[in-house]
Amino acid sequence: MSCIEQMKYKILQEKTTFKVAREYIEKNSDEVYYVPPGYKIFKDYYVIGVPPIALGAKGNALVFTYTKPCYGTFVLTIDDEGSKKEIERLREMETKNVIASLKKDKPFESSKAPPTSYEDVWKK
Amino acid sequence: MTGAKVLLMMGCPEIPIQTSIALYLSHKLTRLGFDVTVAGTDAATKLLKVSDSDGYYAKKLVSLDKTLEDIIEKRTDFDICFAFMHSDAGMTYATTMSAISQAKMYSIIFGRNAEALAETIEFDCEKLVVMDVHNPVRLKNKVDKVMEEIVK
Repeated sequence: MSCIEQMKYKILQEKTTFKVAREYIEKNSDEVYYVPPGYKIFKDYYVIGVPPIALGAKGNALVFTYTKPCYGTFVLTIDDEGSKKEIERLREMETKNVIASLKKDKPFESSKAPPTSYEDVWKK
Repeated sequence: MTGAKVLLMMGCPEIPIQTSIALYLSHKLTRLGFDVTVAGTDAATKLLKVSDSDGYYAKKLVSLDKTLEDIIEKRTDFDICFAFMHSDAGMTYATTMSAISQAKMYSIIFGRNAEALAETIEFDCEKLVVMDVHNPVRLKNKVDKVMEEIVK
């Protein structure tokens, strides 16, 4: 059992498929970041999933998937000091990726989701 | 391939043929000289422990989540992985395994939605698909063919 089950979380979606959970995060988060399977959050939770795995930030809350073999995939959100740190880490990772791609003189491939529409550009 | 490390990855044990094929595959591969580890959810491993109380068929029985954690942290890895699945969650776990491990993947897809589930698999693997729930014979035959290919 990971630490997630001992934390104060809210369930946003339950017993769904991973694909539906990912789409939910993409549509309902202020910021979306993509991480590989096995990415660790909250000290000891390794995210299980089908790449690209979406992690969302909504205010200071982290929105993420949690898959249980017998129950399917859940979308959970946690809003605490830990989630703030996780969101900061994702933003830093994004910045590092940009710097690394500039050094290599390669076009930057963002792990952040592109805006889905013209209106989305002005959301932030 | 003798001596190769094989992981059998069991998901939710709701569908009966998983336990029977896991025991069968573990025993056969062990007798062929493979180093077999069976990983499962809490319920799946308990079913195996009770069925095989002396550990005759499944010698190494471990937690699925702990095994994935060990692979992610590079504490262990496998050469071959048989991933059992009958639901989207099982497929999600198998996809994770394929992304974090260098193992050659075999997806064992069973249950009433097996064909539709098999179509959702995006990672590179050999698929063994049967729509069976209770009768393990068709799946056993497919597993036998794969084992023949592996030991060639």
